[in-house]
Amino acid sequence: MNILYDERVDGALPKVDKQALLTELRRQLPDLDILHSAEDLKPYECDGLSAYRTTPMLVVLPRQIEQVETLLKLCNRLKVPVVARGAGTGLSGGALPLEQGILLVMARFNRIREIDPAGRCARVQPGVRNLAISQAAAPHDLYYAPDPSSQIACSIGGNVAENAGGVHCLKYGLTVHNLLAVEIVTIEGERMTLGSDALDSPGFDLLALFTGSEGMLGVVVEVTVKLLPKPQVAKVLLASFASVEAAGRAVGDIIAEGIIPGGLEMMDNLAIRAAEDFIHAGYPVDAEAILLCELDGVEADVHADCDRVRAVLERAGASEVRLARDEAERVRFWAGRKNAFPAVGRLSPDYYCMDGTIPRRELPGVLQRIGELSGEFDLRVANVFHAGDGNMHPLILFDANQPGELERAEELGGKILELCVAVGGSITGEHGVGREKINQMCSQFNSDELTLFHAVKAAFDPERLLNPGKNIPTLHRCAEFGAMHIHAGQLPFPELERF
Amino acid sequence: MSVETLATGDADIGERLLAEVQQALASNTPLAIRGGNSKAFLGRPVQGTALSTAEHRGIVNYDPTELVISVRSGTPLVELCAALEAAGQMLPFEPPAFGAAATVGGTVLAGLSGPRRPWAGSARDYVLGARVITGLGKHLRFGGEVMKNVAGYDLSRLMAGSFGCLGLVTEVSLKVLPKPRLCTSLRLQMDTRSALARLSEWGQQPIPISAASHDGQALHLRLEGGEGSVKAACDRLGGDPLDAGYWERLREHRLDFFADERPLWRLSLPNNVGELALPGEQLIDWAGAQRWLKSDADEAHIRAIVAEAGGHATCYSAGHTDTPFQPLAAPLMRYHRQLKAQLDPQGIFNPGRMYSEV
Repeated sequence: MNILYDERVDGALPKVDKQALLTELRRQLPDLDILHSAEDLKPYECDGLSAYRTTPMLVVLPRQIEQVETLLKLCNRLKVPVVARGAGTGLSGGALPLEQGILLVMARFNRIREIDPAGRCARVQPGVRNLAISQAAAPHDLYYAPDPSSQIACSIGGNVAENAGGVHCLKYGLTVHNLLAVEIVTIEGERMTLGSDALDSPGFDLLALFTGSEGMLGVVVEVTVKLLPKPQVAKVLLASFASVEAAGRAVGDIIAEGIIPGGLEMMDNLAIRAAEDFIHAGYPVDAEAILLCELDGVEADVHADCDRVRAVLERAGASEVRLARDEAERVRFWAGRKNAFPAVGRLSPDYYCMDGTIPRRELPGVLQRIGELSGEFDLRVANVFHAGDGNMHPLILFDANQPGELERAEELGGKILELCVAVGGSITGEHGVGREKINQMCSQFNSDELTLFHAVKAAFDPERLLNPGKNIPTLHRCAEFGAMHIHAGQLPFPELERF
Repeated sequence: MSVETLATGDADIGERLLAEVQQALASNTPLAIRGGNSKAFLGRPVQGTALSTAEHRGIVNYDPTELVISVRSGTPLVELCAALEAAGQMLPFEPPAFGAAATVGGTVLAGLSGPRRPWAGSARDYVLGARVITGLGKHLRFGGEVMKNVAGYDLSRLMAGSFGCLGLVTEVSLKVLPKPRLCTSLRLQMDTRSALARLSEWGQQPIPISAASHDGQALHLRLEGGEGSVKAACDRLGGDPLDAGYWERLREHRLDFFADERPLWRLSLPNNVGELALPGEQLIDWAGAQRWLKSDADEAHIRAIVAEAGGHATCYSAGHTDTPFQPLAAPLMRYHRQLKAQLDPQGIFNPGRMYSEV
């Protein structure tokens, strides 16, 4: 089934007259920058999931929140669908435009309004890049903890919309754990603050509900993030293993020791070789798996924990354990991991990145099954894994120019996600559902659960004008996709409890 | 499941609870949900048929190396804490129980967190999943037992602090963490103003503080971490040793301060707010971000001063006011009503417990 918006199964979209809309926009918002010609619209046809492209009807680039309010009110009145977009680095097609809709680009809201060291928070506009917040806070020895691999480019508004993660989530949490408040504008043009500068707020926790809601409930126009004191030191251990199973067990052993590492990452042999070839990080290319374990905090504790972790890794059968000798080597160890996606990209014309999560204990079985599926579909799969928090990133290698390969990659990806659900996990840990995983939502949630999601949507956007077709599939799509049959006693893994 | 904790009294009455909700929906009868009834003093009184989750108890799944525990909502909080303690783990948000009967469900639904909250996060931050009987009469599961899960809307975290107004929560999955290696408490004689200034300065430094309270005379600090960091901080901060029982007495409102007859208010404030001029006595927790006030002052006066400082106030004395929670701005209340109407269209779950409008 085509991933692009399909009115037959995703619901009819209102018919919009482009010229009339353009005229009305210019009348009501004379200062608003609007792109409408084919060559200007082209660069906005996809986000970080470039396999799927749709040219938007119009692109608007506001500079003032009042323009966003007026625009959304107008869209609500004229029934025009709106897709919000930040830096466009998302990997699930969450900002994939609609032919019948406006693409609302928030990138020009790029000002850091306030760094408040005593209040340990930063108030920023949604287009501010993730890394720019930590850079601005650095003179105060503070930083913003969530660090998705795209942090150099991705914007905080998109991080909120996707509840972005990163490699330090196990210890420091996701975006939702590092926010104090967001200001949003609803489709009715109503501006509201969710959360507050205090640690909690009265009423329902709408801040939690909006975080990760993928632009379906409102548009983020300001974000107040928590800042943390920078850890005094960070040390990284690199351990090599002769099997992914042994590396997986070592992860559980570290946690059983009562240690929560700042980062705990695993890569399999194909990913190790790709990264080493690209970055020359000093990875052991013969290892079947490596673990990168970062320990951070106060110096004395970090030294003691390094010794403990080294002992655990050796007991768990590591063939080699290396402590990064200095900061340069530590950065190099991480560079290999953070560039694993583009590194794997060099092995193959195209790759497709999965984002499933599983209970960690299921890792050996899941990796084995992925290996078998890789053989069945005749496509190579490299595995990069946030081992500490059970978030897998299998990378499926394919060549879109070979007839049928993209479809095979998609089908293999779908099988991997269904496998994650079957062992008690989720189809997405941090990349979001977007458009990409819309069909797999039918595997993770039954029709009653999806119905409740639609009810939440209806409380904020009853006409479904904000980002239609993303995040939550229609029951019609699920029926058509054929996934509903798995709820009739024909689960792909019937012996397993479904979560 | 690597730790078997089958305490006597474990029972799964999920089907009975579902039937009770379906019956309430069929007869349009509001329900007053309760677990251990230990937080009845919080919020507004509910007119409805009593529905108790207290018998729906037991740990469903606990694997310490996965850092997750799933429990039925009626499980006593003490039972959960004992199971974690046996594995050297804890609920980092250190929730107050306000009574031995407190249940895990009530704890999460009231969204209460203890002294460690500013450094470790809140009850909501540790929710990974929930099973909920909805206002459409279905028993559903949201979130799960994995640390990261962004599929669909985050309905399980939405339940935290919702006081049962959005559905009947029958099970929660919580992230847990290992207990710190070392824990030491200190008492430093200093006035409120100096304490708040020092806390603001220390908050910007990597010092392993995990609780900070000021009672008007002295600053009470708790340090947690590895041996090295805790010892270094003790050496640096000085002061006198403090009985660690202080933190439990603070958390459970058993300090002398709470015996005062005047109404009790909870003030939630941004970091780095100085002394607040309010009539009555104050006790500072959360390094200044949570303050307890015993005062006869007018509700509007308290709210105005706290709002001016960027915070909000909650009345903890039952019956003192009809609006114990800070009133919401009109647009925000409108979306609260719409959300309630969508998730609980017949308005049967704890109507009016938080606000008369929901």
